[in-house]
Amino acid sequence: MAFLEIDDVHKSYGSFQVLRGVSLEVNKHEVVCLIGASGSGKSTLLRTINALEPISAGRIKVDGDVVTGPGVDVNRLRRNVGMVFQSYNLFPHMSVLQNVTLAPTKVGGVGRAEAEERALELLERVGMRDKAGSYPDALSGGQQQRVAIVRALATSPQVLLLDEITAALDPELVGDVLGIVRELAADGLTMLLATHEMGFAREVASQVCFLHQGSILERGSAEQIFEDPQEERTRQFLGRVLASGRL
Amino acid sequence: MGVQTAEASELRVGPPPTPPGRVTGLMVVAGAAALLAALAAHRAIVAVVGLAEDRTAPLVAIEWVVTLVALVPVVPVVAAALRARSRGRHLAAGDLVAARSEAAAGRERASIALGWALAVLLMAALLGFVAANDGAVAHTFLKWEFIQSTWRPVAEGFWINIQVSVGAEVLVLVLGLVVAIMRLVGGPAGRPLRWLSTAYVDIFRAIPSIIVLYLVGFGLALAEVPVIKDLTPLWLAIVALTLTYSAYVAEVYRAGIESLHPSQWAAARSLGLSYGMTLRTVIVPQAVRRIVPPLLNDFVGLQKDTALIGVMGVADAFTRAQLESSDVFNLTPVIVVAVLFVIITIPQARFVDRMIAREQRKSGRA
Ligand SMILES: Nc1ncnc2c1ncn2[C@@H]1O[C@H](COP(=O)(O)OP(=O)(O)O)[C@@H](O)[C@H]1O
Ligand SMILES: [Mg+2]
Repeated sequence: MAFLEIDDVHKSYGSFQVLRGVSLEVNKHEVVCLIGASGSGKSTLLRTINALEPISAGRIKVDGDVVTGPGVDVNRLRRNVGMVFQSYNLFPHMSVLQNVTLAPTKVGGVGRAEAEERALELLERVGMRDKAGSYPDALSGGQQQRVAIVRALATSPQVLLLDEITAALDPELVGDVLGIVRELAADGLTMLLATHEMGFAREVASQVCFLHQGSILERGSAEQIFEDPQEERTRQFLGRVLASGRL
Repeated sequence: MGVQTAEASELRVGPPPTPPGRVTGLMVVAGAAALLAALAAHRAIVAVVGLAEDRTAPLVAIEWVVTLVALVPVVPVVAAALRARSRGRHLAAGDLVAARSEAAAGRERASIALGWALAVLLMAALLGFVAANDGAVAHTFLKWEFIQSTWRPVAEGFWINIQVSVGAEVLVLVLGLVVAIMRLVGGPAGRPLRWLSTAYVDIFRAIPSIIVLYLVGFGLALAEVPVIKDLTPLWLAIVALTLTYSAYVAEVYRAGIESLHPSQWAAARSLGLSYGMTLRTVIVPQAVRRIVPPLLNDFVGLQKDTALIGVMGVADAFTRAQLESSDVFNLTPVIVVAVLFVIITIPQARFVDRMIAREQRKSGRA
């Protein structure tokens, strides 16, 4: 049984179908990359997994437990499923350390001292320990995103959802952030990432899924998808990405 | 190089270079305005001083000082004239760039003179009004002996206004937030709460506060409502103003909360924080910063409305001033109240200005 099971998930806004029957299985320690044009439903798919978006039909299981439908403790689910956003979304009125320790202390039942110690350890790993007392608006985009990753890791989630986390960064800052994700992958953290960084996807992904208009049109190993795509749409998409110099 | 220049001038097809602006016209207008304003100010101050029984030396000195100050706008006019001359010299020497910059500086000086002359003229008009009708205005509103004899009871009354203001403001901060959050509760379970909150805001924003004061002051006491019937009139005034202003402040809170980007909600909820926890630790603390300016605006309104609590029999500053005024057939005591309100409001207005400027600097950087 896979660690994360997404089974025929549908999602509509009004009459507009954003997800049309997506199924996906992710095993523990796997890194799955979602690629696809803007608007193909990557963000929406990620947000259904931690219940930020309710689904219209289908079922999602995390670690064998159904997490969709009424009566699910979404707050507990979300401590298990971390998320990092494209626009970082740090809390601007809190210092870096407060951002990171908020969830562990308020909902994780961890004492302040212990939470801070762990936060500083994690910040150290991403080279942000000396900024622990800074406020987000004093940090560069890359630094903010590194803090956002640490914030998501602070509740010790079993899966991490990363939604185009380098898309808003200046090119020279992308490398640092991707380096951290690479390390997390090497540590065996299960991750689902929507990305436009094809080179990176090829390097870390155990599985690549190409989304087109709300369904997974093609999936396979990175090698299969990038070297020998079967679908015409996939080829077109990769061609466009190649032309823009991102492969 | 020489060839290039020749080429450049031959190839030139655009409009000719900008000529320097004109200074003289604006300068003459500004000069005339400055002199006219100074003359008006002089006549006004002479009229005001003339109201005194005898022209003592200090009064004559005041006349002189005011007239001299009123002449200050002439200074930039002179500066403009100097720039105008230097503009002409540069133009004659063919230095277009220098002439343009002198012209711009000259026009700026002339504009400054015009602005100040206008201000002097307005002040002169105000002085003239005070002295009008042989000083009747001044005598009715500003009589020194009545300021001396009535400021004490009026100031004591003002202490009541301040107590009511502060008491109501503290309660409004709490009740307003409760009403705002009721409005934001989601789901079918929250519907009655949302409905109640909307009805409350609609009703209490519609009723003039003087009517609420009247109804609370007399109605609740008449109906012998338990607890409330034992409240002092001062507390009843606080209750009435709290009811009215919580409706305004609830809307201020709601606007502040809704002005936050949904991504802040998403980030907090994605960490496993509950709705209430998100509101408390992430949303409200950020909203509060943004709502301070509109909140203080409503507080100034509340403070002014404390002048209405006389209708429920509380002897506030305005009530006492009215009594004193009818005793002496003169409105000076009421002016004293007005000045007291101005004195407490101005620092708050400056504080709001500074907060807004700070927020703008912040968002400018982001
Ligand atoms: N809240 C919403 N209301 C209506 N339509 C939405 C909403 N959020 C996303 N969509 C639409 O759903 C589609 C998929 O969006 P998204 O998941 O953000 O795509 P991607 O992340 O692949 O760019 C887009 O067409 C978008 O316009
Ligand atoms: Mg997206």
